[in-house]
Amino acid sequence: MELALIVHLLVVITIYGILAISLNLVVGATGLFNLGHAAFYGIGAYTSALLVKAGVPWLLAVLASMAMAGFVAFVIGIPTLRLVGDYLAVVTMGLGEITRAVFKNWISLTRGPMGLPGIPHASILGIEFDTAEKFLILGVVCLVIVFVVAERILYSPFGRVLKGIREDEAAVQALGKNTYRFKMGILIVGSAMAGLAGSLFAHYITFIDPSSFVMWLTFFIFLIIVLGGLGNNLGAVVVTVVFVALREGLRFVGLPLWLNPAALQQLIFGILLIVATIFVPRGLIPERKVVYE
Amino acid sequence: MNASDAALLKVEGLTKDFGGLRAVDRCSFEVPRGSIFGLIGPNGSGKTTVFNLVTGFLEPTEGRVFFNGHDITGLRPYQIARYGIARTFQLVRTFNRMTVMENLLLGVHHQPGENLLWGALRTPHVRQHERQAIERARQLLAIVGLEHAANEYCGNLSYAEQKMVELTRALMSDPQLVMLDEPTSGINPTLVNRILDYIRHLREEQGKTFLVVEHDMRVIMNLCDRIAVLDYGQKIAEGTPAEICANAAVIDAYLGTCAP
Repeated sequence: MELALIVHLLVVITIYGILAISLNLVVGATGLFNLGHAAFYGIGAYTSALLVKAGVPWLLAVLASMAMAGFVAFVIGIPTLRLVGDYLAVVTMGLGEITRAVFKNWISLTRGPMGLPGIPHASILGIEFDTAEKFLILGVVCLVIVFVVAERILYSPFGRVLKGIREDEAAVQALGKNTYRFKMGILIVGSAMAGLAGSLFAHYITFIDPSSFVMWLTFFIFLIIVLGGLGNNLGAVVVTVVFVALREGLRFVGLPLWLNPAALQQLIFGILLIVATIFVPRGLIPERKVVYE
Repeated sequence: MNASDAALLKVEGLTKDFGGLRAVDRCSFEVPRGSIFGLIGPNGSGKTTVFNLVTGFLEPTEGRVFFNGHDITGLRPYQIARYGIARTFQLVRTFNRMTVMENLLLGVHHQPGENLLWGALRTPHVRQHERQAIERARQLLAIVGLEHAANEYCGNLSYAEQKMVELTRALMSDPQLVMLDEPTSGINPTLVNRILDYIRHLREEQGKTFLVVEHDMRVIMNLCDRIAVLDYGQKIAEGTPAEICANAAVIDAYLGTCAP
């Protein structure tokens, strides 16, 4: 493999790593069944791309894309997070399809299925991240920041309440905690992180269209955190590396023509999920035990 | 509102309908400050429903609940908990994929670290509060003899130990009223006595008030100062254990003959 390809894979890993960590906060730590992660990713990508094309500096645009993704999460959370059960799953799945339909049909803004070409490269104070190598630095910095923030949240008293909500929400309420506020907080933070990943993606590839934000992506990230270990951010990153390498690597294996690589990829990941849930139900790196000496 | 009011918890005409079924029917009682108050009755008589109505897990169809003179009717469970009411559940509800210590730390109200920002920043204020909470948890664990299990996952403990953790977790917030739903069910007799001693100790030493649902008559007669008896959602009797034992309606509905 050439170096350029490896650098490209590493950039993709940083972006997917951010998606995996952020979904892990919502799903793995808190137990909220969020099936709309790709929507927040797409909202971030489009917000950032459109703003920068309109002349806004990237640094401001990325903050705006995080705010926009967080705001949509807030609006979605108002009706769903008060309810018990799987309403969030249904609504976020709907959100995923609705946002994609908006990207596709709001042609005056998004150019619909033709996509947005010529998105400027990310730049901070005049430093342009216009090559894959330079962009990798930016991606790694963002991934590290997201990882550290996620860990700080997970192992704070706030994160402790999140785990309690996952285990037994009613019991947490009986302990005097307004669980709605905690769920809303983590949904907003997780979605804003997905918005950041979306902005990185848009300004790395420099072209986005609605097909980048399909539900299959959400399932792919889900698979990563389930295999990595729900509630463990390190597991999420490790499995991201393996999966992205595997997924992209499949394209370069000399497959016979009758074998569709996309279908093969989905088949392999499906089998992996089944095997993993049977043999390593807690994931490769299970949630870390918090020990007080 | 009168803080010197003798009754800590006052339930007035509490009624709950589930569709056409009246689970609790105009139930009224007062739990005196510093007392251990028992709630008994046959299965399905509405004891747990009363618990859920008082703690906000269900909203009453009619009636009011006063705590310390505050009308707490229809408030959310977390708001009621903050007034100083802690509860346990009929079937133990510990957080099983969390350690015993984590379970207890969740019991503390108003932790500064439960703010997303301050928690993530781990400010000195947050860390100091956390140290105090851990210290308190250790003291309470030592009392119930579970200090060795502090870092054990709750799911790995025995049922009796989980019940102890649940009770201790309820005490972490230093509540005025502790509501126990069958605190001794599924626990061996030796341990039952230890739990009862602990409850008495908390009442004598710390002046805590208890509202207890229990099926074991020996437990309830030994432990409680006053007892209310429910049958088909209605209160059919209230009095001291001796009075309840002698009450013909209670014997008919529930007790059969009464063991002293």
